[in-house]
Amino acid sequence: MALIDQTATEITKKIKQGELSAVDVLDSALERIRAVDGRPGALNDGTKNIEDEQKVHAFISLTEMRARKQAEEIDRKLQAGIDPGLLAGVPVTIKDIFCVKDTLSTAASRILANFTAPYTATSVARLEEAGAVLLGKVNLDEFTYGSSSEASAFQPSPRNPWNTAYVPGGSSGGSTASVAANEVPLSLGTDTGGSIRQPAAFCGVVGLKPTYGRVSRYGLIAFGSSLDCPGPIARSVEDAGLMLQVIAGPDSKDSTAFERTVPDYQMALKKDISGMRIGLSPDYFNITFPDAETGELTHQEIQDEVKKAVYHAAEVLAGLGAEIVEGVPMPNTVHGIPVYFVISRVEAASNLHRFDGVKYGYRTEKEVRNLNEMYRLSRAEGFGLQPKLRILMGTYVSAAQYSERYYQRALRVRSLIRGDFEAIFDAQGYYHLDALLTPTTPTTAFKMGAVYGDSVLMQYADQLTVTANHAGIPGISIPAGFDASGLPIGIQFLASDFREDILLQASYAFEHATKDEAWRKVKPQVLQ
Amino acid sequence: MLKASVAYINSMENEMSEELITPEVFKHLVDLAAIALDPSQSDYLRGELNKQLNAINELIAIPIDESIPLAAHGVPYAQADASPLREDCWEACENPEEILAQVPVSEDGYIVVPDIPHLDLE
Repeated sequence: MALIDQTATEITKKIKQGELSAVDVLDSALERIRAVDGRPGALNDGTKNIEDEQKVHAFISLTEMRARKQAEEIDRKLQAGIDPGLLAGVPVTIKDIFCVKDTLSTAASRILANFTAPYTATSVARLEEAGAVLLGKVNLDEFTYGSSSEASAFQPSPRNPWNTAYVPGGSSGGSTASVAANEVPLSLGTDTGGSIRQPAAFCGVVGLKPTYGRVSRYGLIAFGSSLDCPGPIARSVEDAGLMLQVIAGPDSKDSTAFERTVPDYQMALKKDISGMRIGLSPDYFNITFPDAETGELTHQEIQDEVKKAVYHAAEVLAGLGAEIVEGVPMPNTVHGIPVYFVISRVEAASNLHRFDGVKYGYRTEKEVRNLNEMYRLSRAEGFGLQPKLRILMGTYVSAAQYSERYYQRALRVRSLIRGDFEAIFDAQGYYHLDALLTPTTPTTAFKMGAVYGDSVLMQYADQLTVTANHAGIPGISIPAGFDASGLPIGIQFLASDFREDILLQASYAFEHATKDEAWRKVKPQVLQ
Repeated sequence: MLKASVAYINSMENEMSEELITPEVFKHLVDLAAIALDPSQSDYLRGELNKQLNAINELIAIPIDESIPLAAHGVPYAQADASPLREDCWEACENPEEILAQVPVSEDGYIVVPDIPHLDLE
């Protein structure tokens, strides 16, 4: 076992006890990256070879020098008797949608490919202040617009470490792939419609979307400003709690970051779950999918193995003393994707207007007659198809003549979705649940290229995660087994506002109770 | 009232079977979005937009009235939850050279852009 195969909790504990040095851990991570990652994503790279198909390709840029300096500083602090922080010496990757001073911060887009951030995002600054070692920026769907990480301007795009013929999910696919392949124990991702939880499920790792406003968005290149949540990706529940502890909290630079005290997640997660009320809703086992041939919406059951994994988890939790409540109605779940198609597109179109080739980023090199032509050509050459699609849809549904029919209606349906959760988590209500247990995704990972290009079908991969973004509540995806093809299955817990402690508690209980199950011993393909 | 709602939904359903984003509407959107597109991109994007609208139109059948509030975000904000506003005062930029170094074309510290087109208002 390599040093980097350990969890963040183990690594930092051993570093603080003097059993390991931060530099040795960094070298172990770099060795793993050299063995499994292959070429980093780059612009203008249409060529692919057999080796590319067997590698992970999580990275866009490796920040080895920065990491080495940070690791040396941790070792120096320890020798001087200075506390190096909660994450001392833990290598982390950062989804390349966060600004990190003096690093290329690309959003996986040609339009920002040459952009060096002049400041650092709050969540990243907090990781570095806590002693984390920033190993690099990892790939994603361009501007986070996708659910497979294939829609990156930087190719080759990430692949699933459990089977590199399959997608890692997205948009935080580089993050989850880097954690699943044991390149790092932690990564910082973002979740706007499921972009932490869905790839976490596909890659067999833990992904936590905090409550909206629990973690600052300062320095995050915005997609949907009312939906975006930075959050941790880890290989264990304890590690996810540790990372959340570091990044959560108010921030004077983000007025939407809540002024609330951050609880001690490490204390919370090991609490007994006896008496915890956990719901199961039939509305998360039957989904609405557009028919691939006709485009008509049809109702289907989710993949049977995924359903069985959820029920197995319910049994395990019941065995630990939790009370399982079946038949919980969540009638507005079905509207999550149509509402998302409207709200996220309006917010994306608004946020993307700043990219115009004037102040930073890509500007066309063609001769232009005037400013408008420069805007049009810079945006045409700089944006890929997915950003263009979102700009156009956002422009359409927010137009004055259609706003009532689409945007305002979507905002009202968002209230209904929020209402579903308020009803089941109401302490005085009929269900008074502590958490809802659901599948994270309708299916396990799909093959590379199988869905890419079909923007509607791709979006429906987020059907079971997107409701939490509309409602603002926290959610976590944790591994719960494998399907017959050996692909990971994720299960999801959802809880009421700011109850990440409950998510961690339930998840840790399940993880601990199943630690000896056979599927826990299986390693990803790239590590075999 | 109910009849009017049913008629509205029926008219929407009829409309849903047609392409809502016609080539003319698409051209207008592309102008508003300030993007230039080649024909193959246009065909793909218009097709995807119409497919997405098909999914979005599902919302029209949901019974909704104005008593249901518009939710601009999920978690309700109380005054106590909001970060205090920062004092509105001028602060010097710490690194103007770094900021200006990102500008695609600049001269003597000024951002250079092509001529702004002159439009005669009708």
